[in-house]
Amino acid sequence: MGRTLAEKVWDDHVVRRAEGEPDLLYIDLHLLHEVTSPQAFDGLRKNGRRVRRTDLTIATEDHNTPTLDIDKPIADPVSRTQLETLRRNCAEFGVRLHPLGDAEQGVVHVVGPQLGLTQPGTTVVCGDSHTSTHGAFGALAFGIGTSQVEHVLATQTLPMAPFRTMAVTVLGELPAGVTAKDLILAIIARIGTGGGQGYVVEYRGEAIEKLSMEARMTICNMSIEAGARAGMIAPDETTFAYLKGRDHAPEGADWDAAVAYWKTLRTDEDAVFDHEVVIDAAELAPFVTWGTNPGQGAPLSESVPDPASFADPNERTSAERALEYMGLTAGQRLRDISVDTVFVGSCTNGRIEDLRSAAAVLDGRQIADGVRMLVVPGSVRVALQAVEEGLDKVFTAAGAEWRHAGCSMCLGMNPDQLAPQERCASTSNRNFEGRQGKGGRTHLVSPQVAAATAVTGRLASPADLATAPTPVEV
Amino acid sequence: MEAFTTHTGRAVPLRRSNVDTDQIIPAHWLKKVTRDGFEDGLFEAWRKDPEFVLNRPERAGATVLVAGPDFGTGSSREHAVWALQNYGFKAVISPRFADIFRGNSLKNGLLTVVLPQETVDTLWALVEADPAAEITVDLVERKVVAEGIEAGFELDENARWRLLEGLDDISITLRDEDQVATFEAGRPSFKPRTQVA
Repeated sequence: MGRTLAEKVWDDHVVRRAEGEPDLLYIDLHLLHEVTSPQAFDGLRKNGRRVRRTDLTIATEDHNTPTLDIDKPIADPVSRTQLETLRRNCAEFGVRLHPLGDAEQGVVHVVGPQLGLTQPGTTVVCGDSHTSTHGAFGALAFGIGTSQVEHVLATQTLPMAPFRTMAVTVLGELPAGVTAKDLILAIIARIGTGGGQGYVVEYRGEAIEKLSMEARMTICNMSIEAGARAGMIAPDETTFAYLKGRDHAPEGADWDAAVAYWKTLRTDEDAVFDHEVVIDAAELAPFVTWGTNPGQGAPLSESVPDPASFADPNERTSAERALEYMGLTAGQRLRDISVDTVFVGSCTNGRIEDLRSAAAVLDGRQIADGVRMLVVPGSVRVALQAVEEGLDKVFTAAGAEWRHAGCSMCLGMNPDQLAPQERCASTSNRNFEGRQGKGGRTHLVSPQVAAATAVTGRLASPADLATAPTPVEV
Repeated sequence: MEAFTTHTGRAVPLRRSNVDTDQIIPAHWLKKVTRDGFEDGLFEAWRKDPEFVLNRPERAGATVLVAGPDFGTGSSREHAVWALQNYGFKAVISPRFADIFRGNSLKNGLLTVVLPQETVDTLWALVEADPAAEITVDLVERKVVAEGIEAGFELDENARWRLLEGLDDISITLRDEDQVATFEAGRPSFKPRTQVA
């Protein structure tokens, strides 16, 4: 019987297989950041162990880093200590680090791909659940905990429990105005936050094949929000074109050998998935969340659902709690929800294409009075590219704040946070209670919806702006 | 890792589903660089409500958490496991756990037990009616026992063995270091490197 893409990559990394034991997998690339690594380095030190493969390991600073005044000492002493700890650990153990202020600094999941380190058929891990992002290249990429970070540092391997395979096939083409973010939010709403539990999901079908690498990363990034262990997309010419010439992409004969291997990384015709989901792209529309988990979403044209409409008692209770926390009432039109803040950025939507699409909506327009908009590029490289294209000017002319690279308001570990009950349209990945700041209320949206929302002050798509003169009055 | 064989204690009924790791331990606690001192951050936002179940005096000293499905979703932060352990929890029961959280828990000796929703409902009813009721989580016999309840649970044999023995995963892997070296020697030259040797 044929094998799926995930099974092929897995099989190619098995160091040791024994009956009744998890497979021991070799890890090709280990990404580190300041939050989930300090206790792992401590463990190495305590046991007198070294980093086995510093040449397969790279670190950056992203979660704690400020997006303003980056040339000044970090105000929060605890954040500063954590960054200093990473710098000390990387120096002591010989790990390459891109610290705040460095030309390659940025969100870890933006940095890996743009350096060309994330490649098809590799195993990638990081102490961060959004490591699933790298699956966009046909890599098998897992988010791991700190104990596993220590394990990989010490051994360059991980014992991994077997997985199940799921295919999410998206038929047809995405309609105009519908983005990868809308698609993945719709997928999560369909299968639920636990629906992917135990699965490696392969996204396939015409709509997926037509996506750019940036869009594919957005899709795979949020696999974890459906509970999946990883998300993958088979590598193709789009993938190869993205990689060619990047700093760490193979060259010469190595490139040819790599491409020949990468072309074998497709699910065989006769392979069988444990579970299959089919989505018709034509039915999709701009999608936003109304609740406090990423599965609680609906098309922008709809209304906040009535919790009583959920058959499952857990879902009903969860929806009731979510509406209370979010300050929403059942039946309220999603387009009538006004926001205080708009955040564009994160490992989900902080890449150049995301900034371009937000800027295209804002060009020649003004954001609504009383709305603050933060635009945080995913990396220094993305920021420089945006400046070269003049996108920063578009954002600032519209009234948005153009910030330095980092995770920023996605999780509020740095000063970029929501105040209690402040409402935000955010291109990030999680709308959990308090995720963007204590008591803050998050609606997950695409970059285009974020930009249109900033203009109207209410949840909106660019199509809503077309009929109105600019700047739009609220 | 501390070994886990069997544990008996009072329980906290947490009638919530989708308890994500941001709720278990909010992000600002993640700036700490140790594995301890997270107990005050556990469910920090929810504990501001005096009526929150963890704040009830009759739940003081409870060591078994009984929660709704999809416990531990979201961020991979192992701090969520440390916070539960630092607070005093020895086991968590839920109809479904998020994968990364589950993996983290088992690596730290916090036993995560999957039981069907009906059994969780029965446990909730029991410990709500009688806060002094004790629950035994027995890894040796692979069962959960409480008054009127005996429910077997599954855990793969390898994970169970590691927990029962309190084994350090890294030491186990390092026994196979020669196999790792053999695998490394066969890796293609086109694989990416972060540093040139």
